[in-house]
Amino acid sequence: MEKVSLPGLQRYLTGFVLAVLLTAIPFAAVALQLLSSGAALALIAVCAVIQVIVHLYYFLHIDFKSTPTANMFFLIFAAILIFLMVGGSLWIMSDLHHRMM
Amino acid sequence: MFGRLTIDALPFYSWIAEAGAMVVVGGAVVSFLLVTYLKAWKTLWFDWFLSVDHKRIGIMYLVLTLIMFLRGVVEGVMMRAQQAVALNSDGYLPPMHFEQLFSTHGTIMIFFVVMPFLTGLINLIVPQQIGARDVAYPFLNSLSFWLTAAGGALVMVSLVIGQFSRAGWTGYPPYSGLQYSPNEGVDYWIWSLMISGIGTTLSGINFIVTIIRNRCPGMTWMRMPMFTWTAFCASILIAFAFPALTVVAAQLALDRLLGFHFFTNGDGGNMMMYANLIWIWGHPEVYILILPAFGVFSEVVATFSRKRLFGYDYLVYATACIALLSFTVWLHHFFTMGSSANVNAAFGIATMIIAVPTGVKIFDWLFTMYRGRIEFPPAMLFTVGFMVTFVIGGVTGVLLAMPPADYLMHNSVFLVAHFHNMLIPGALFGYLAGMNYWFPKAFGFKLDQKWGVRCFWLLISGFYLAFMPLYVLGFMGMSRRMEHYANPEWQPYLIVAAFGAALILASVACLVIQILVSIRNRDALRDETGDPWNGRTLEWATSSPAAPYNFAVIPEVSDLDAFHSQKMEAKAYQRPQAYEDIVMPKPSVLGIVLGGLGFIIAFAIVWHIWWLAVAGLAGAAACVIYRSCDDDTDFVIPAEEVARIEAAHLERLTPERQHDMRIYQPSAHAAEPVLEGGRS
Amino acid sequence: MSHSASASAALAHEETHALESRDFGFWLYLMTDAIIFALLFATYAVLSGNTAAGPSGRDVFDLAHVAGETALLLVSSITFGVASLFLKVDRARPAVLWLGITLLLGLWFLVMELSEFSGMIAEGAGPQTSGFLTAFFTLIGTHGLHVAVGCLGILVMMGQILVKGGTAPVRSRLNRLGMFWHFLDIVWIGIFSVVYLPAVL
Repeated sequence: MEKVSLPGLQRYLTGFVLAVLLTAIPFAAVALQLLSSGAALALIAVCAVIQVIVHLYYFLHIDFKSTPTANMFFLIFAAILIFLMVGGSLWIMSDLHHRMM
Repeated sequence: MFGRLTIDALPFYSWIAEAGAMVVVGGAVVSFLLVTYLKAWKTLWFDWFLSVDHKRIGIMYLVLTLIMFLRGVVEGVMMRAQQAVALNSDGYLPPMHFEQLFSTHGTIMIFFVVMPFLTGLINLIVPQQIGARDVAYPFLNSLSFWLTAAGGALVMVSLVIGQFSRAGWTGYPPYSGLQYSPNEGVDYWIWSLMISGIGTTLSGINFIVTIIRNRCPGMTWMRMPMFTWTAFCASILIAFAFPALTVVAAQLALDRLLGFHFFTNGDGGNMMMYANLIWIWGHPEVYILILPAFGVFSEVVATFSRKRLFGYDYLVYATACIALLSFTVWLHHFFTMGSSANVNAAFGIATMIIAVPTGVKIFDWLFTMYRGRIEFPPAMLFTVGFMVTFVIGGVTGVLLAMPPADYLMHNSVFLVAHFHNMLIPGALFGYLAGMNYWFPKAFGFKLDQKWGVRCFWLLISGFYLAFMPLYVLGFMGMSRRMEHYANPEWQPYLIVAAFGAALILASVACLVIQILVSIRNRDALRDETGDPWNGRTLEWATSSPAAPYNFAVIPEVSDLDAFHSQKMEAKAYQRPQAYEDIVMPKPSVLGIVLGGLGFIIAFAIVWHIWWLAVAGLAGAAACVIYRSCDDDTDFVIPAEEVARIEAAHLERLTPERQHDMRIYQPSAHAAEPVLEGGRS
Repeated sequence: MSHSASASAALAHEETHALESRDFGFWLYLMTDAIIFALLFATYAVLSGNTAAGPSGRDVFDLAHVAGETALLLVSSITFGVASLFLKVDRARPAVLWLGITLLLGLWFLVMELSEFSGMIAEGAGPQTSGFLTAFFTLIGTHGLHVAVGCLGILVMMGQILVKGGTAPVRSRLNRLGMFWHFLDIVWIGIFSVVYLPAVL
């Protein structure tokens, strides 16, 4: 195939490299058992959160400049609701679990 | 071939089941014959069933509401009648029927009465209030309606073929699980919620996009009419809460169909997770049901007090607050599950906080009425009746929000009294007010006021008689959902409650008579101007019923109460220099086809007819793919045609038919200035 | 018709507005889908300890297999991006080619997932075994179902690009399908971080 310039390709490739790194780190940590389980869980969580942001920025092109306000509002709103629903569920169910023990 | 569907599914096992089935089949046959007699099939099919016009879809929602409402009310009366006579006896309803009745009554009233009622009114009015020609996705709107109708049809079919759930409207496992409810009842419940829930989620998304993107120029957020604001918040709640219902219903379905262990007693299931998940949806759902009614009250109270809405800003903030807080209180539905004091206290406090913005609203409406020139058509009667009655329900709600008190009242008829005390005034009064208020906009003639007033007084007195005794009975220790009982002290109260239920039935009869009388007297009740009440918001600027495109020229607004300002400045009803072509969406057959396929898929899964479910799914996928490839979905109404329609409307708008706006001039008021609300 | 010029201008304006509205509405749909996945994750977290004397995650998960699935999805995100970039510069054939590669990667992912499922069921670790496995199969299966729908969407889009070329509605549809595809990749980050990695820790 002949060479064509694809504006925007750079952004995808940067994102890809970052995503590969952020995936490789937790997989390696778990496979090679480098860390205590608490530290490994923290590492997995941190890498996951960063990678989600990487995907949103590099692949879905979400940022504070070009993304319409309404899209950003509902992204943040959904994040808050996920925090409330998942956090609340885990709090309620783990509390119940301990009381049933 | 037919799964577990056999001839035994037909209702020949009891006279009650037979009677129910006869009413459904008879109703269908009579409707069929009536349409045939009126030679209306062609009109019905092409102008209504295929229509993607938001106004027609709104009206179809209202028709669905009315049909389901009649069934729901009759079921409520049947249960009250049973409890009135079932002291130390079996009454006239066997437990099998009584349990199905309280399950269908709740399911129907919430999913197939209040939900389509509010969606119908939102459809009818919101695009006109924001100066738009249609919703953002007209085809999706038609699809939403047909999926809702398919869910309603499934509930109706369960009266004829097989039985409905006996596990209550919330379907708690393990009772609703395979082990204790092996028959098709719970499946009917699950799948009617699933298909109508998909429709509801789609309309939630549709109205969020419509309100964000289709407002006319000049209509900033803080110039949006209150009903549009509440519709917007309710749509957000729909879009973000209904996924929880989808998840929990799908999980229960997997437990029942494939032997999974989400909520089973053994093998690592956890039925408390069901309570948790369904109320993550269930509490926002309460506010979905009530918020648009608050919007109706806000419009009605401003129009008939002849004043600007008091504290509009605070009403907006209160609505948004309620919407967000509604996601933080769900545990109060299961305080008695056994959580620790910390968890219960946190959710109890969050629950009490919701009372604050709700109280703000009540005061705003009261101050809107203060020193207004109040008129009392039925819509306003419902509004005033709501304010008085709803506050009582709110106070009992704060009582229930205290976990220690809730331990006493949980699952008693006190709770039944409480939520009927919220939903009858909060939702039913609201949408009946909305129906009385906006009926002329939909049909071009007003509803008869005399029968509307009768309906109101019978409904509100019936409500008090039917539900106040239940508060007392709750304190006397009566559990909800009792088919018979042995405590003679309860019976007098239950007889009063049954009498109240009879009054409610009479009020519904008045409602039906009101509609019929209005149709008969439609020429006398005709609304020629499009503005029968001297309204304040943009929906009254269109003709009644509005033209397919609503506004020939998209209006520009510079104020809240945009239409009122136009009339005050004598800028309403201006003839533009020239009309332009208007692009409108084409009607589509796919909405009703997909709704029909949804019904077939659901019915097939309920009866385990797997080949039919797969075929239906394949058909639905083909329809969706076909639609996704269709680029030609719009058509053009030429400018000449627009000019003709508008000329006919303006001709009827003779000056003597227009409202005299001088009553709003300061000189016409009393010496002291009227309280004008907290808006600068 | 005499008014065809003004009519087609009105149609074009309406189309642009409608396509932008669809992008926004689709974004809303993705947010509601995110809630669905969030609640499935919550269910998994609550039930993951309930093995009911059956196998636990450590017994049935194969990290190398998961790493392979992750790689497939990640690469498919890039190939989808390349396809959409090609369509943006109006080169329909390479766009279809890259979409085809994406489709193959997606199908390969589905095959790997199905082989994982069938292997587990053969070992007696099917979804009917315990609350843990019920939640596992439902969460991963729901993601897989989405990937399958995405594959169908890619197939439809390949056809549309070949038949219609890069018209405005086609580009807009590809954009939305891309949002869907990338969204599924984000869900997968959650899956390996919440389900697989902690279980074999």
